Amino acid sequence: MNALRGFIVKEIHHILRDRQTLMILLLLPLAQVILFGYALRTDVRGIRLVMVDPAPDPASLELRSRFTATGIFEVVAALPNTDALPGYFQRGAADQALVLEPDLGDGGSVMIITDATDPNTGSTMQAYATAVIRGYEHEIAGPGGGGIRIIPHARMRFNPTLESVNLFVPGLIALVLTVVSALMSAISLSREKERGTLEVLLVSPLRPWQIIVGKVVPYLVLGFANVLSVLAAAWLLFGVPFEGSVLLLLLESLLFIVTSLALGVLIAARTSSQRTAMMGALMGLMLPTTILSGMIFPIASMPAWLQLVTNIVPAKWFILISRGIMLKGVGLAHLWPETLILVGMTTLVLVAAVRSFDIRLS
Amino acid sequence: MRTLRFLLRKEFLQIRRDRAMLRLLIAMPIMQLLVLSSAATFQIRSASTYVVDDDRSSTSRGLVQRMEASGRFEVERASGSMKLANEALLAREVTAIVHIPADFERDLVRTGTAPIQLIFNAEDGAAAGMLRSYAASIISDYSAELEGELTRTTLDPRVRGDDGPSGDDGVSARSGQIRIQTSGWYNEGLSYTDFMVPGILVLLVTMIATAIGSMNIVREKEIGTLEQLNVTPITRGQFIASKLLPFWAIAMVDLGLGLLVGRLVFDIPIRGSLLLIFGAAAIYLLAALGIGLWISTVAQTQQQAMFLSFALNMVYLLMSGIFTPIQSMPDWAQWLAELSPVKHFIVIMRAVLVKGAGVMDIKIPLLVLTVYGVVVLAVAVKRYSKTTA
Amino acid sequence: MTAAAVEARDLTRRFGNFTAVDAISLSVARGEVFGFLGANGAGKTTAIRMLTGLLAPTSGEASVAGFDVYTETESIKCSIGYMSQKFSLYEDLTVRENVRLYGGIYGLSDAEIRERTQALLARLGLERSADDLVRGLPLGWKQKLAFAVALNHKPGVVFLDEPTGGVDPITRRQFWEMIYEAAAGGTTVFITTHYMDEAEYCDRVSIMVAGKIAAMGTPDELKDEFAARSMDDVFFQLARPEESAR
Repeated sequence: MNALRGFIVKEIHHILRDRQTLMILLLLPLAQVILFGYALRTDVRGIRLVMVDPAPDPASLELRSRFTATGIFEVVAALPNTDALPGYFQRGAADQALVLEPDLGDGGSVMIITDATDPNTGSTMQAYATAVIRGYEHEIAGPGGGGIRIIPHARMRFNPTLESVNLFVPGLIALVLTVVSALMSAISLSREKERGTLEVLLVSPLRPWQIIVGKVVPYLVLGFANVLSVLAAAWLLFGVPFEGSVLLLLLESLLFIVTSLALGVLIAARTSSQRTAMMGALMGLMLPTTILSGMIFPIASMPAWLQLVTNIVPAKWFILISRGIMLKGVGLAHLWPETLILVGMTTLVLVAAVRSFDIRLS
Repeated sequence: MRTLRFLLRKEFLQIRRDRAMLRLLIAMPIMQLLVLSSAATFQIRSASTYVVDDDRSSTSRGLVQRMEASGRFEVERASGSMKLANEALLAREVTAIVHIPADFERDLVRTGTAPIQLIFNAEDGAAAGMLRSYAASIISDYSAELEGELTRTTLDPRVRGDDGPSGDDGVSARSGQIRIQTSGWYNEGLSYTDFMVPGILVLLVTMIATAIGSMNIVREKEIGTLEQLNVTPITRGQFIASKLLPFWAIAMVDLGLGLLVGRLVFDIPIRGSLLLIFGAAAIYLLAALGIGLWISTVAQTQQQAMFLSFALNMVYLLMSGIFTPIQSMPDWAQWLAELSPVKHFIVIMRAVLVKGAGVMDIKIPLLVLTVYGVVVLAVAVKRYSKTTA
Repeated sequence: MTAAAVEARDLTRRFGNFTAVDAISLSVARGEVFGFLGANGAGKTTAIRMLTGLLAPTSGEASVAGFDVYTETESIKCSIGYMSQKFSLYEDLTVRENVRLYGGIYGLSDAEIRERTQALLARLGLERSADDLVRGLPLGWKQKLAFAVALNHKPGVVFLDEPTGGVDPITRRQFWEMIYEAAAGGTTVFITTHYMDEAEYCDRVSIMVAGKIAAMGTPDELKDEFAARSMDDVFFQLARPEESAR
């Protein structure tokens, strides 16, 4: 154990001496969470609207002002016919168009044309536009011509205001932590391999598993510092709820960091150069974590086979856990399966990493 | 020029010999494209729903039926207890609860309005928002239907038996009512892959270009071979070109393969000119690689280069407009997104592939990319000095 | 423009507060084998880097092959060969590929490259490993290769930074034979070493101590001047004056 302790101390010295990298490792995740937390929104705004109004009359002008009054739509052009319309869409100068028929107020029709290239925002824009028109229609129908209205009151449980932040921040945290942690350990190990100092270590009394643990443990502290800083940002800057136990969240985060560090070690153990190790960590983790973890795209929307695949993405489990604790306030009683899975994954990865070393030796 | 030929030969020899790198460069992006494109969708399959119907009238049952018939809501459970319903929601057994209060039908007939309660699990916000929209539109259609029925029979004798000027679907177009038609252009099938595949492809290719590009020169610096090159008569331009061109070629190949895969596997539309796409790609890749090279001249170690390119790729990734619309971002973030060449190239890809745009339509992003490329490469060349000051 | 192959006057290089090279002056004639000696850290490599155009001087003047080190570095680079202290050829290319690459960079024609590569490999006894990756070669062979690449394009001046570090005696002799050959052919050889016995092989030597040139002349001149029996002794006196006084 003395050898292991000495090794860990050496690793810590390495880290502390490289001031520049240390700063990057501490500040980068925080900076990213803050940046993207503020920047990413899912609510649709700034919709650029083209009005095609062959015969403007008070009714159509009134409708037009309704749209601008919402603050979400911006009328960018008024055309007399649809000839120039395709050009607007192709140039990306407009998102939607309203084609009005004459006699709007008397059973006339409106065609809402939406650029549906992005089906998600497309259907949202369509829904918004429809709602504005229906609202207008309801107003001009006046009292007494009310008609039948079923009024849905929708409650969004666990995220009442559908705050984008509440959705993104747990996912962002997972993404940033996993890539940074994996990169850290991958770089550390592959650099020793490349420089040849690993050979010296392998010849020493240190066993392979001890070397791996020695590579992971110092970065745990760094990783934990990252966790604290991003969670603090989530709470203080973004007002993300912390319904459940903060202690549990911290412990689970620590677990997740270990998983990511282990992944980095595995990648480095399997590659021969620093360059491939780093690229492997970056490319292997960034996009799959973003897309398959459920951070942006709901897993329930994916084809069945893909839903199975998402199970091997550690971030998926961590997001379930962190959303559960932060938004729903549940505890280990509910989350023990997910936690167990993360523990299992970590163990598997570490064992595989140790195995790679043994193979190399023999 | 001859020198460049020799340098390029060396680069290609090195790349060819690095098996692991080749895998990362070619196999991995294609594989990721295949897997991830299928995942990138917001399309909600039917949401499991818990119905608490306290009214149990024909109207309330009609509403529930409509919701199920839409294919968006699947009634898994029903009971009289909101408590049970909420527990099921918490345990993630259902995604939505529909609660119809006791006097629903009566209120509708008497006053013309009645509330119902919908509760969604918004843990996973995107889905919840979509569900709410679906529900709202189903409900409003149902309201209109009811109006037709109820007013015909009870409320408005004027309209009894009269379908009205536009009525072909039983919905009377009374004075003040507007008929709404909707049309989604470029994507009738509301397919997500058409939208995602080009975007993901661009992200993948860019990641490769910047990550490799950024480590390229630093690596030679780190292992010492750079010094030997600096002592020779090669020019900065020749050196940078030799570092840029091989990966430019590989990225173009990746792009071509990706488009092929997209076409064959995902049936993405290619409505515009492929020549235009590759032309734009050629310019774009020069800019992307140029940024990588610039990082290379700034970083002292491969590790630093990697972290810088990671930070950059995160910005490219999340501010690309693929996952969240750029128009929704706060103004300062939109400015930041404008600085990302990825964003512009994705605009071009989508415009040309999905909307069939021509070169005049994309002239602005194209111009931005060209300027970007020229500036970035000029800076990289200038920064690279064979002599340390 | 002077006729000397390498000329320096009060050449200085400072890094912040630290003066690595302190106003050195020297003049090396064409075809001379000049030994640039000194202990580790004395400033030899920094001086060479300035002379080869890799590092800009802080002050002073210097020229190599008649070209100024401030304003004409590219011309210098066309006229010199360089072998660095740390091996700096491509480990993931073969022996032949490395030679061909640098041949091409220095503008040799395809025919010249072919011929010279053949001759070179034969001379160095590297024929059998010609198509092996450099990574797998023993250190001594790597050094031979780097040496060969430095000379292959027949430059006017060749700078060798510790070329014989870590090689076996036989290889060391081979190196020196090739150095003499090159010098006989008119190539100026500027060589650094901390092996004092190699100093005896040079036409003239200079000894750097703490950034300054402490002594310069032929080996015999220096031995006389310092009443020493070997260059080792000369060096010892210069490097540890207090100790030698005893």
